[in-house]
Amino acid sequence: MSDQAGNAAIEFLNVTFRTAEGRTLLSNLNLRVQRGETLVLLGRSGSGKTTTLKLINGLLTGQEGKILVDGKAIQDWDLIRLRRHIGYAIQDVGLFPHITVERNLGLVPRLEKWPPERIRARTEELLNLVGLPADEFRNRYPNQLSGGQRQRVGLGRALASDPPILLMDEPFGALDPLTRADIQREFKSLQQRLNKTVVFVTHDVREAILLGQRIAVMDAGRLLGVYAPGEFLQSREPVVSDYVNVLRSEMNLFENLEK
Amino acid sequence: MSLKEFFIAHWGEITRAALEHISMVGIAMLLAIGVGVPLGIVITRRRRLRAPVLGISNLIQTIPSLALFGFLLPLPWLAARADRLAITALALYSLLPIIRNTYTGIMGVDPAIREVGRGMGMTDGQLLFQVELPLALGTIMAGIRVATVISIGVATIAAAVGAGGLGEFVFRGVAMVDNQFILAGAIPAALLALGADFGFGLLEKKLQRRH
Repeated sequence: MSDQAGNAAIEFLNVTFRTAEGRTLLSNLNLRVQRGETLVLLGRSGSGKTTTLKLINGLLTGQEGKILVDGKAIQDWDLIRLRRHIGYAIQDVGLFPHITVERNLGLVPRLEKWPPERIRARTEELLNLVGLPADEFRNRYPNQLSGGQRQRVGLGRALASDPPILLMDEPFGALDPLTRADIQREFKSLQQRLNKTVVFVTHDVREAILLGQRIAVMDAGRLLGVYAPGEFLQSREPVVSDYVNVLRSEMNLFENLEK
Repeated sequence: MSLKEFFIAHWGEITRAALEHISMVGIAMLLAIGVGVPLGIVITRRRRLRAPVLGISNLIQTIPSLALFGFLLPLPWLAARADRLAITALALYSLLPIIRNTYTGIMGVDPAIREVGRGMGMTDGQLLFQVELPLALGTIMAGIRVATVISIGVATIAAAVGAGGLGEFVFRGVAMVDNQFILAGAIPAALLALGADFGFGLLEKKLQRRH
């Protein structure tokens, strides 16, 4: 069984989190994220998914219960080391507005004191990886990019020091549907190549089914269940069927319009 | 004698006084920045110090400038030289806008940006120097600009304690009821203030242009 334990990149054991005022944001969470899988946390706002994410990289602390990252309890990690071990991408505002794309991408490598030529090579590689021509975008500032381009750079930055774990908090939330579909597709193919452990927060059920190998559904601070996409569509859990009904009604709408 | 002739006749004296004035304000500003910016940073980190630090610097600013010079007079090391006294008073006067703008500049950085920095594994120092201060620089410059303009005005009063500067002309003019003397101090002081305002304004714009 030790083998199985070794396969968990992240593990939550009976984790409860309350705010300083005593409001419970997360109650008794038990969740295991396998190495190399993409786990989507799906739920409405206030369901506890972002809280879960921020507990993993220690942006929130003071929980009850145990959180393990790579088999080691979070309190035993040096917080700075832990965070550099984990890539982090969030919605829209994530890029530093006062530095160029190149410097945004090279930020973590610079913190890790990589030699300049290696950082330069890496930023070039990252720009190619996320589909932006390096010569054109290297020296731009974030406000000179479109929303989709910014999100690509944000994704590249999270991957910069090649961390084994990626946390993504609605990274594509602010994009128009076409750009969003583009970048989701690319993210999926990227994920198949890079094989990272990804925890992906979204409230968009289509995105969850498209990107998640497993979907953890959360509601009001509780984990309702973890489903493979196929299981998800068949689940009887009321919140899950609500989501599935949304998908169905969209499909019906589509079919009706086609007639 | 026309004002123009007066300026030509006293040109050497006026320039000397203006240079004195500039050096007084310049040194005072360096001191105020050296103390004010770190204090402004500290109160973004230690919330409990915020009210006392801002309160005291606020209080200093409410003291009429002439009275502030007077209050410093009994202090032995300071009062030993008039320029020392004047520079200290000016620096104290400049603290509030610098501390306050450093504080608001840093606190005004989007919390999401700060959180991303922490999430990427930046230490507090790295976050401060690589993210918060660069983003707050425009606001901090605005504080320095206000402080400099105020100081150039207040420095004219430094002549009352014998520190020299353009105020000398003003005080002499008042004593002799001679408008030309007053204007020989007041006009260059006003020009200095306008020049500083304009120059720092350009700098501020340049610093804020990127984002």
